[in-house]
Amino acid sequence: MRGGFDVKHYTGFFALTCLCLFILYAPLIIVMIYSFNDSLSITQWDGVSLRWYRDIFTGVESEKFKLAAWNSLTIAISAASVATVFATAAAVGMIRGGNFRGKSASFALISLPIMVPEIVTAVATLIFFSAIGFKLGTLSILVAHIVFCIPFAYLPISARLQGIEASFEEAAQDLYATRWQTFRHVLMPIMGPGIVSGFLLAFIISLDDFIITNFVKGSGVETLPTAIFGAVKQGIKPNIMALSTLLLLFSILLVTCSYFIGKRGEAIQPKS
Amino acid sequence: MKMKTLLGAAALAMLAGGASAEGKLSIYHWFEYIPQELLDKFTAETGIEVTMDTYDSNETLLANLKAGKLGSYDVAVPGDYMVSIMKNEGMLDTIADGELANIGNVEDKWMNVDFDPGRKHSIPYQWGSTSFMVNRDVYKGEIRTTDMIFNPPEELKGKINVLDTPGETLVLASMHLGIPQCSTDRDQLKALDELVQGAKAHWASFNSDAAKDVLVSGDAAAGMIWNGFGQKARLEGANVEYSYPKEGYIVWMDNVVLLKDAPNRANAIKFMDFLLEPENAAAITNFARYTAGVKGVGPLLDPELQTSPEQNPPADAPAGSFVMVCDEATQKVYDQIWTRLKQ
Amino acid sequence: MAAGVGGGRTVSATYAPIRAWLMAPSWLIIGFFLVLPVLLMLVYSFLTKEFRGGVIWDPTLAAYDQFLFDRGLFGDDPPKLQWAYIQIFARSIAQAAGATVFCLIIGFPTAFFIATRADNAKVIWLFLVTVPYWVNLLIRTVSMKFLIRDNGPLNEGLMALGLIDAPFQLINTNFAVQLGLFYSYLPFMVLPIYAAVERYNFALSEAASDLYAPKWTILRRILIPVVMPGVIAGCILVFVPSLGAFLAPDLLGGAKTFMIGSLIDEQFKGSAGNWPFGAAASMILLSMVLVVLTLYARSQAKGQV
Repeated sequence: MRGGFDVKHYTGFFALTCLCLFILYAPLIIVMIYSFNDSLSITQWDGVSLRWYRDIFTGVESEKFKLAAWNSLTIAISAASVATVFATAAAVGMIRGGNFRGKSASFALISLPIMVPEIVTAVATLIFFSAIGFKLGTLSILVAHIVFCIPFAYLPISARLQGIEASFEEAAQDLYATRWQTFRHVLMPIMGPGIVSGFLLAFIISLDDFIITNFVKGSGVETLPTAIFGAVKQGIKPNIMALSTLLLLFSILLVTCSYFIGKRGEAIQPKS
Repeated sequence: MKMKTLLGAAALAMLAGGASAEGKLSIYHWFEYIPQELLDKFTAETGIEVTMDTYDSNETLLANLKAGKLGSYDVAVPGDYMVSIMKNEGMLDTIADGELANIGNVEDKWMNVDFDPGRKHSIPYQWGSTSFMVNRDVYKGEIRTTDMIFNPPEELKGKINVLDTPGETLVLASMHLGIPQCSTDRDQLKALDELVQGAKAHWASFNSDAAKDVLVSGDAAAGMIWNGFGQKARLEGANVEYSYPKEGYIVWMDNVVLLKDAPNRANAIKFMDFLLEPENAAAITNFARYTAGVKGVGPLLDPELQTSPEQNPPADAPAGSFVMVCDEATQKVYDQIWTRLKQ
Repeated sequence: MAAGVGGGRTVSATYAPIRAWLMAPSWLIIGFFLVLPVLLMLVYSFLTKEFRGGVIWDPTLAAYDQFLFDRGLFGDDPPKLQWAYIQIFARSIAQAAGATVFCLIIGFPTAFFIATRADNAKVIWLFLVTVPYWVNLLIRTVSMKFLIRDNGPLNEGLMALGLIDAPFQLINTNFAVQLGLFYSYLPFMVLPIYAAVERYNFALSEAASDLYAPKWTILRRILIPVVMPGVIAGCILVFVPSLGAFLAPDLLGGAKTFMIGSLIDEQFKGSAGNWPFGAAASMILLSMVLVVLTLYARSQAKGQV
């Protein structure tokens, strides 16, 4: 250390990190605080109350939000499940399928939904559905969501699979296990954490989507993001803040779960 | 196994969600224009389950119906000129004579209207006017002139919201210049183009659905708005005044139309009859603060509506004008002006 | 991790005989519901606009002509180069670039700081940076709108502290849009840089320091070149989604001026009703993104050799 300084320490970097976290969290925390505001108006503070939380469960708009939450949840679970199954199969094919021609093209195809800007996907899907006469409704949202969930599920699953040695399956196959048995009893348990992370990522991406859903949703079908967007276009109301806070807590719960599942995954990963 | 359970649950959920279309009604409506209680009342009376989507301009309604939504809604609520356009586009179904039990409740002056002679496709919903409001804390001078929006005083510059709809914004601009609607005169159209291009520098935002909120929150000190929506802004505590400018203002009537390929046509007819009941029409008026087109609502209305400055133009105010439907070639020029404006 | 790393990259082929079957579902659904629609959109961009929305199956270059040439208010002036749409694209690129630079300025030190923590602390810092990304994008954007509005908590707070006399306008400005984009995609910048710095061998920096290199020179001349691939990856991950963003410009920018996303949206959902033009604008956006990604993939491939 001739220079007499720590090469890992730069003045100001800690301050910028704090600034970074401040910018990331300040809006969320402010909204969380204001969701407990007793006032009808969002700009004026009238004391702490839970009235807006009651409002989203029992108020005039509660039915709309409940239905939207139900739609969001069922679509996200269905889309993420289908996408996870497809992505797991594709990952096994890609990572355990040897070298083959068109491997990079195949990878490009699977990651295409991430690369195409969302608004372009939305427009193209709308044009396509209207051209083939596919009726817009819940099903149209589901199909669109499955498509863009596949790469998000694929990435963690394939990353996990890449870290698993082939000797496990080879041993199983030496013992005359079929491909399915090998997958079911050897590969899948080790891949488990990757599959769960893939599912959760796809789930949250589906739950998050606004642009594509807004283009392909049918009459009377709202998801939480489209319902919230419709509401905030007319101005931010306190009940939206309460709803946002609940969603926020739900997201934090999910990310914490996925983090601990990842942790467990590391623990059971066979070390070579 | 977990995955299977999840899939099964999801599949069941999808099935439950896609129950049969019987006993349903699908409405495509303006935002914040019907009280939820009234929809609940309709459901309670008829057992018909109502779903509603909303839009924020006549043009958005048309665009979405064109983009594959026709055939999934039963009724929509277009303004007068949009009824004509939708009729010409073949988007409306015809109501047969005698199908509506309450058609006699329609006020006589709204029965034979230019946009739907004899009410073959529509019934009146509410009517009102479009101009603008000014925050009196910010600007205290004379406001009964369209200068407020198109040639604003210093206090209002940069604090103006205009409606994000070419139909109404360009017509008000035409009134400011004193040129007719659907003009084909090139100099007039150029003047209109220059006017809005120049005025845009003073505008803060283009917003229809937040037109009330920007006035209440103070984000805008002046804003184009519909009279009833504006009254709500005033009732929510903003010190705003609605203007009936001397250059003119827009009057309109929104109408419930029966859409072509309606999945629940019979329920749509029931809903239209329901809306023609004076009691229900009055509930809408009390909520949205416009004026009903139905007989016998008078005694049921909030007394304050009789004297409100938004509903009652001053004696010397000019008559308002309806938005006209231009032919395709002319409309293209107006579309072009709007596109250039928003670039 | 013995296999693959040391030798000539032996790839396991346990499932080679059925790989086509395994990949078919993903191929088919993406092919049918994404590739086909994009191709159809390409076709639509060459069709004639139907008055008030929709298309007429009659091939024309009108949409691209409208994009490039201004024929005046009445469509019969001699064509001159149309700047308006190019400006919209330029504005979107500038906004996306601004957001990227903003992310880089804050994201790089953050990533560096986190990567140089002890292992336990690292995990917590990383967790803190990524949590907001899991929160619904719409909610984050709305929260930002609420915070920075004229009468919002930020302005009220600054006025209460006596730092400003009148609310300063943030909402409905370009800066607000950049702030929103920054806020939306910051973790995308931090994570790849973090990964690169974590792999960086600090012995290099120490060696330079032994040779009396000034501290910031070490950062600039040694560390940054080594972690450059991570920086580039971060920039692309922020830039590309920012380019077609819809929510931040719409909610934070006041929808007063078009960005690419809102321009396209307007053709289908708004009053413009010009499908071929919307399709053409989408194709141009898509081409731009694919060019950026291809250049990036090329440079990555070169770097690996």
